[in-house]
This record gives sequence, structure tokens and C-alpha cells, in this order.
Amino acid sequence: MTIKVRALREFWCSIGFAERNFMLVKRYAGWEAVFLTYTVVSALTIGLIGVGTGDQQLVLFLVIGAVLWGYLSILFHEVSECIAWERGEGTLEYTFMAPVKRFTQLMGNALYAITYGLGRAAVQLLVCALFFGISLAGANFLTAAVVLVVSSLPFLGLGLACAVLPLLSRERGSQATHIFQASILLVSGVYYDVSVLPSWLRPFSVVSPATYTLRAMRAAVMDGVGLADVGNELLILVISGVVLIPVGFACFVLGERWAKKTGKLKIEG
Amino acid sequence: MSGKNIAPTRDEKEGLKMAAGTYERVELERELDGFLAEAMNDGRPALKVEALTKRFPRPEGKRRGFWRRRPKFAALAAVTFTVEKGEIFGFIGMNGSGKSTLIRIVSTLLMPDEGQVEVFGVDVEGNPARVRELINRVAVDAAFFKVLSGSENLRYAARLYGLSPRLARERYDGLLTRIGFDPKRLSDQIKSLSRGERQKVAAARALMTAPALLLLDEPTTGLDPRSKREVQRVIREMREEEGTTVLLTTHDMEEAERLCDRVGILHEGRIVTIGTPAELTARAGGAGTTLEDAFLKFTGAEWLGDENGA
Ligand SMILES: Nc1ncnc2c1ncn2[C@@H]1O[C@H](COP(=O)(O)OP(=O)(O)OP(=O)(O)O)[C@@H](O)[C@H]1O
Ligand SMILES: [Mg+2]
Repeated sequence: MTIKVRALREFWCSIGFAERNFMLVKRYAGWEAVFLTYTVVSALTIGLIGVGTGDQQLVLFLVIGAVLWGYLSILFHEVSECIAWERGEGTLEYTFMAPVKRFTQLMGNALYAITYGLGRAAVQLLVCALFFGISLAGANFLTAAVVLVVSSLPFLGLGLACAVLPLLSRERGSQATHIFQASILLVSGVYYDVSVLPSWLRPFSVVSPATYTLRAMRAAVMDGVGLADVGNELLILVISGVVLIPVGFACFVLGERWAKKTGKLKIEG
Repeated sequence: MSGKNIAPTRDEKEGLKMAAGTYERVELERELDGFLAEAMNDGRPALKVEALTKRFPRPEGKRRGFWRRRPKFAALAAVTFTVEKGEIFGFIGMNGSGKSTLIRIVSTLLMPDEGQVEVFGVDVEGNPARVRELINRVAVDAAFFKVLSGSENLRYAARLYGLSPRLARERYDGLLTRIGFDPKRLSDQIKSLSRGERQKVAAARALMTAPALLLLDEPTTGLDPRSKREVQRVIREMREEEGTTVLLTTHDMEEAERLCDRVGILHEGRIVTIGTPAELTARAGGAGTTLEDAFLKFTGAEWLGDENGA
């Protein structure tokens, strides 16, 4: 088989993972509607805090935080939980036995997470814009789109590294992942400027990629800045993505190897 | 791999009406055909297992001290056997004797501690990706996404194996009909199917990829007698038409006798005897001995329950 044919094969495999996840979304349409309502409402309530202060810029600041955090946490969650969830379903062995590159599998799940996350974020943003009468006329959409794409990279890397944790420890793995996600929420300045953090927490905000995503996104939407003006943030995000994706993937492969050595893949039978 | 029933049609081969994704599968099967022919020429067996050992921590074992590991036991101990191309080889043995562990190692889901396993000459540890292209497995638990329908599950499986959904449907519709499952029921959610029905969908899912080595871990457990025979017939037909090699485990002595060219008895991780069903019964006592008698004899003390009036 030529390289092109192999690449096509992997491509269709990754489509398979994304497709499967969307079939599940369709199946749970009722719950999807519930979750979507919940996230939209929570973005609205957070935005209303800004309305109370009479500061329209603060409303936008908060809404961006809520929507962007929603997107990043979906991305991280879907990728980091894809293994735990398949083990729960009992299909993990089946998937792992298929002639699919692990990278393709994880990328297929990432592809789903990105499209699904973007869809939800778009709805959230639209409802908020209508509700608060936010004008996005001054926003630089090109910058915003680039920030969104680039900031997906480090989160995918982190998700990959965490995805394997449930294979190492059945329950603790998922627990650790949630704690990790909560810590990022705390230190990245989702609803406030990181300067308000106690000094001992501030160093953590420097290493969290979400800090740069939020800063760059706010500059793009609120101040309408061009790409060059958020160059530093973009550079940091690109570098952390380029580092974290291979590191995350390597963690995954090592964890999988260990699980296959010790028999941790198996659930029953 | 290119038998009449599930091979791509000529149209597909010539790339005329090839649905997206089909061409790659056809190419892969062509490559695998070449690979298998080469393996045959070299006289490589379909499966070669040599001095295979796998240990697990004892469930009841306590860690003695923080750094000490839990004591282990051998789920498989120096297991050695070969399966020739086109052979149907069965393992029988008591619960916990290591049958599923063996199948898992061959299907690259578990790594051996010691020893070697080669599928058509390909080492399972050295090149698991190639091994995965050559095998498929039906496990006793018939794992599916339970809220998805049968056809959705099969569509996903098809993608993993590089089959286009259309080509897959042609194959599994035929297979399911042959094992007595109405393809119309594929629109039902898996959770609404009975255990045996799930097992049939699982069998079709594995067979549609036309594996060169088919691993069957209790494939007919939970099937009614008629369905059992239908599945057994399809397995035999796969062997005749496609030259499929089969490694299976079963608790059904009749099935082992009817289906298997050779049978191995596993006991506490060791092969205690290997041979044709007739050889096994002969070794266990000759005329009038059943495979079940042989099983009881080789897996420990003969069954004394009846005599003791238990
Ligand atoms: N992943 C694992 N981790 C720890 N122990 C395991 C694992 N897999 C199997 N074992 C143990 O190894 C032994 C052999 O198990 P295996 O599943 O291979 O038996 P089996 O012959 O398939 O049994 P059955 O007929 O009940 O299906 C059992 O004692 C089991 O508890
Ligand atoms: Mg078993």
C-alpha cells in the first residue's frame, strides 16, 4: 500500500471515532439539550453579575470567560475521558485490538471534541450576545479564530496525557483528571484578572495555557487587536502545544504498554 | 481472504463505483493476501506459541511492605503449541485455566511475560499493528455501545477496519442471515437484543473483516442449540471458503468435538494434553470414553461425585 492509501485509511478511521461520538450525542439528544441549556444559563448568570455593575465591558469580559472555558473544558474532558468511558462501556478491548494507530484514535476523538465544543460555544455565544445586546462589531474575528485554533493544541496535549490515567488506576485516574481541570479553572483568570490571585497562586497562572488563551481572546474580541498584537500569547500557545501533544501522546503510549503488561485493560470475561 | 462471499465485487475492484473508503480496504486485503501467500511459502504456521508465560498478582495476595510486589501466580505457564493454516484448534479447560488470557495475548491486548507468540510469522510484541490486521476476536462478553443500534455499532467497527459502510453492509447482511439473525433487527439498540442475538452480531462484526486468524472466546455461549449450529456452520464455511484459521475456547464438549481438528486441554495454565478429539478420548480410556470424560480425567482427579452419592 502506498503512503497515500495508508493515510486515507487512517483518515477514515479517525472519521469513524468522530462519527461514533456524534451518533451517541444523537442518541442522548434529550440530555444534550439539558446540558446545553445548563451551560447557556450559567453563562447568562455570570454575565448578569457584570450587568449589575453597569459596566458593559465587564459583561463581555465575563461572557468571553464563560464561553471560552466551556469550550476548553469540553475539549479537555472529551479527550481525557475517552478511554475511561470506553472501558465503562466495555468496548475498550475491541477498539484497542483494531488495526488503528493510537494517534488516529486520539485524533478522531479530538476531532469530535473540537467540532462538538465549537458548536456548543457558538450557541452559548449567540444567546449571550442577544440576551445582553452585546455588539461584536469591534471584534477582530480573524484573531479570535486563530486564538481558538492555536489554544486547542495545548489542551489536546493535556487531554492525551490524562486520558491514560484511568488505565493506571481505575478510579483515581478520573478523579485526578477532574481535580486537574478545576485547578486550571482557578488559576487561569477565567472570570477575573490573574493579578487578583494570591501571590502564591500566581506562578501557576503563568504555566497554565488557558491564561494566554483568555488574554488573547479578550484582546481580540474586546479591543479588536490584530494577530501581531497577541503574537506573544500565540507563540506561547504554539510552543506549549508543540511540546504538550508529543509529551501527552508519549505518556499515553507508555501507559498503554504498562496496562497491557499488567492486564489492566481487561474489565471482565 | 478473497473468497466468493465477502470479496469486493468486480466493480469495486476496478474502482468504478467505489464508495469512499472502499478502495483502501481492497488495497489492504490485496496486500494481506500477498503477505499470507508468502507466509505459506515459507511454511510459517498460522499461530506459533512458544514457552508462553503470563503471571498476574494473586487476588488475595497482600503487599508485604510498600516496595514489595504482591505475590504472583502463573495464569499461563510455558505454553507451547502451533496451529496450522486452515486449522480449527480448540482449547477446553476449567474456569480460570487461562484460556481467555491466551486469546488476549494473541490479540495483542496483553503482553507476554516470557515466551513468544507469532501470527503468520509476525511477533505479537514486535509488530502488533500487523497482527491486528490479520486477526479478529469474538469475546464472550460481546462488547458493544449498548445505546447505539446494531448497524451503528457495525458501521463504527467497519471504519476501524477500513471497510466502507457500504461494503461492510453487504458483508454483514449476508453473514447475519446465514446465522439466523434478521438484518432488519439491526436498527434496534443493542441493549434491547438478547444475549444470544448480541453474540450473533458480534460474530458478524468479526467475520466481516475476513480475518486470517479468527479468535473465538466461547463464541456460542448463550446461544440456543439451533443458533449454535448455525454459528458453527459459518465458522466451518469460513475455513473452507477463505482458508480462515480458527483458535477457539469453549465449555461445550460437543462443540469441541464437532468443530475442532485438534483440541488442547488447559489446566492451571499448562497444556496437559493436545490432540484430535479421537486421540484425547483414546488417551483417556478408549472405547466408550467421551471428550467430557477426557476433560475430567486431564483436569484433575476423576469426577467422584456420583460414586460418593453427592
Ligand atoms: N487482567 C488480569 N488481571 C489479573 N488477573 C487476571 C487477569 N486476567 C486473568 N486473570 C486471572 O488469570 C486466571 C486465568 O483467567 P482466564 O480468564 O484466562 O481464565 P479462563 O480459562 O478464560 O476462564 P473461564 O473459563 O472462566 O472463562 C484467573 O485466575 C484470572 O483471575
Ligand atoms: Mg474465559
